[in-house]
Amino acid sequence: MTRLNSPEELEGFRQEILSRRDPDKPCISICAGSGCVASGALEVIAAFKAEIEKQGLAATVDTKGTGCPGFCERGPVVVIYPEEICYLQVMPEDVPEIISQTVKEKKVVDRLLYVDPATGEKAVHEYDISFYRNQERNVICNNIKIDSKNIDDYLANGGYSALGEALGSMTPVEVLEEVKKANLRGRGGAGFPAGVKWEGSRNAPDPVKYVIVNADEGDPGAFMDRAVLEGNPHSVLEGLIIGGYAIGAQEGYIYVRHEYPLAVENITLAIQQAEACGLLGENIFGSGYNFRVFVNQGAGAFVCGESTALMTSIEGRAGEPRPKYVRSNVVGLWGHPTVLNNVETWANVPLIINKGADWFTSIGTESSKGTKIFSLVGKIANTGLVEVPMGISLRDIVFKIGGGIPGGKKFKAVQTGGPSGGCIPESLLDLPVGFDELTAAGSMMGSGGMIVMDEDTCMVDTARYFVKFLTDESCGKCVPCREGLRQMDNILTRITEGKGGEGDIELLEALAETAQEASLCALGKSAPNPFLSTLQYFRDEYEAHIKEKRCPALSCKELIAYVIDPEQCRACQLCVKKCPAGAIDGGKDLVSIIDQEKCTKCGTCFEVCPPRFNAVRKISGEPVPPPVSGEARKIVRGGKES
Amino acid sequence: MDNERIDQIIEKHHGASSALIQILLDIQEENHWLPKEALDRVSEKLQVPLTTVRHAATFYKVFSTVPKGRHQVHVCLGTACHVRGANRVLDTVEEMTGIKPGETDLDLKFSLETVNCLGCCALGPVMEIDGKVYGKATPSKTIDVLKKYE
Ligand SMILES: Cc1cc2nc3c(=O)[nH]c(=O)nc-3n(C[C@H](O)[C@H](O)[C@H](O)COP(=O)(O)O)c2cc1C
Ligand code: SF4
Ligand code: SF4
Ligand code: FES
Ligand code: FES
Repeated sequence: MTRLNSPEELEGFRQEILSRRDPDKPCISICAGSGCVASGALEVIAAFKAEIEKQGLAATVDTKGTGCPGFCERGPVVVIYPEEICYLQVMPEDVPEIISQTVKEKKVVDRLLYVDPATGEKAVHEYDISFYRNQERNVICNNIKIDSKNIDDYLANGGYSALGEALGSMTPVEVLEEVKKANLRGRGGAGFPAGVKWEGSRNAPDPVKYVIVNADEGDPGAFMDRAVLEGNPHSVLEGLIIGGYAIGAQEGYIYVRHEYPLAVENITLAIQQAEACGLLGENIFGSGYNFRVFVNQGAGAFVCGESTALMTSIEGRAGEPRPKYVRSNVVGLWGHPTVLNNVETWANVPLIINKGADWFTSIGTESSKGTKIFSLVGKIANTGLVEVPMGISLRDIVFKIGGGIPGGKKFKAVQTGGPSGGCIPESLLDLPVGFDELTAAGSMMGSGGMIVMDEDTCMVDTARYFVKFLTDESCGKCVPCREGLRQMDNILTRITEGKGGEGDIELLEALAETAQEASLCALGKSAPNPFLSTLQYFRDEYEAHIKEKRCPALSCKELIAYVIDPEQCRACQLCVKKCPAGAIDGGKDLVSIIDQEKCTKCGTCFEVCPPRFNAVRKISGEPVPPPVSGEARKIVRGGKES
Repeated sequence: MDNERIDQIIEKHHGASSALIQILLDIQEENHWLPKEALDRVSEKLQVPLTTVRHAATFYKVFSTVPKGRHQVHVCLGTACHVRGANRVLDTVEEMTGIKPGETDLDLKFSLETVNCLGCCALGPVMEIDGKVYGKATPSKTIDVLKKYE
């Protein structure tokens, strides 16, 4: 590998890479992100390689495993260059046809295109798909273009030019000022301005300083950090080196959760490649700046995403938070000034240096600048990662990009901010998305998880879910969090089981207040948010559970029953065959009946009963009708069948 | 796991006490659980008190201080999977294997754990067995998948 000793040599090397590449040469890019791998992308890649070999095209067609472009649900995703034709849900069987039709004949294979569910129109290119069309992709736009395991791809796309700019022609203070001017707010949680945090470290007298990438991503339902780190690891690394230069750090750490093995693999490889090119290590670009980076793995503890706990974990101990009388940017890792930022925060840094703070602040709202990646999941038609400018409305995200709620269901709420956030109801859908706007609505930005809920989601159960999650994840160091959350979990569970009573809501409120006031770290302090926001917007659901022993969403197991409507049942016996508990009795021309004693409420019968019969019903808060018996059970068929 | 192999792992991390968690992760990766003897060896070699080693080994979820089954089943209960019915998948696994999360069956065939998001949320509900991800799981699909494991 060539060692690059100056920004000029970097530019020269980039030109060399580009000159070796023919932009018109067909290239088949297959997403090799973890979502697509789970859907069989590796088999598809292998099939492409074999088919290309078989058809004697090895010299004329390239294949490439790339990072995640965000539309994981429709994976494996394949994009064919130079035409940029996008195929979804590609299987190995489709490969010969793609090669002979699209690559050789330049014809589009219709059945592999995206079909807009609203208009029925087919989209040939990625940018024609409604899911992508309304996004503004600055951070993840390169994911589908580059092989994340190959530094040349990153360099060819302009990679490390921001590092060249920073080290070659800017002083550390100038870099710092640019990031401050951009008003880049942290993408991992509270939205603290990165430049201000950096400045505190830079000005701390201690000469030994550290920078850290927080890639713990403990927030369930969020996976943008995973996609960025897996798909474009060099962009994070480049941001980290620039940050290290700005504050005067010699070492950096990347703290990745253990559950993300591919992210660990790709970032480790990226570090080795950057070292080999002289972009990391001693005397980078001849500037006299030395910087090294290490990868540290988490071991499955949510609280380790919290900054002080994370540093304790890097030091090799149990990751318990400490009170923040002194900020970590002054006394952090091993007692030295440490800047900890989220993956996405770091990935924005090269963009700011390349394009300038003015460009960055031209996107977004008054107080929230730039774009943000959200993971749009749950009950939504287009599931995946979406990168949008701050200030876009929740409605646009859910309906324009997300394509609305599938199955003709009604939207109920969108949960943002993870376990520290809250649920936003339909009446607030026009809210512009920004740090302060979400907080004002009783939720928060958090790391950018957006979980869409439809009418079948019970809001009491949602609150219980998050409180339970945090009860399990509490480090246990302080009483309001450890014991308070446990009691909240108990009460909420009781309510979902129909055992709630008068005064429960008030007791929950008191516990919530105590946890908010008296917990040591933000885990405990923010834990009551999901409860408080669901109570604020969906109080009637709490009351239905407590007073009427009814779950309006027909979701809480203890409060519902499955029954078969004798008028609708056509004795197809599908439910009889599929019921795992053997709870359904049926026969030829006999209405099926459910033995409520045996039924485990798994819902299989509800799902398998053919829509044209629609005979299985969920009920809540009303008595189960007695099963039909005797003559009444017999189905008298009309016409030829009788 | 023999001491020689443990020493090699410690060596790889330059015997630094700050690498305690990374070392335990490597041991767990190979051995699937952390026997008492391994913790003793790590404590001795790193010059870290055994209580500190034990604290770390019990604090972090990934570690297990009891033996694990041949197949590690992880059911994701993250929010995205939860709203799409992950509990029904978990119920099915519990019924099929006869064990609850955190347990291993008597034949040492399956160990069951729940996790809070595997980062494949778009495919939820998600189940992972020995590192292989099964997306869009339903109770009936889960039964079919589990039957494939010996
Ligand atoms: C319990 C808890 C868990 C957290 N988990 C994460 C996480 O997984 N990833 C992350 O980037 N920040 C997480 N944070 C926020 C971090 O403490 C910290 O504020 C953030 O990483 C700073 O980076 P930023 O300013 O770039 O957002 C968590 C905070 C708390 C209280
Ligand atoms: S609030 Fe909870 S997680 Fe945070 S320190 Fe207290 S007990 Fe630990
Ligand atoms: S809910 Fe499940 S257990 Fe109950 S009758 Fe239907 S299929 Fe059987
Ligand atoms: S993993 Fe392939 S699109 Fe996300
Ligand atoms: S919530 Fe299950 S994979 Fe993310």
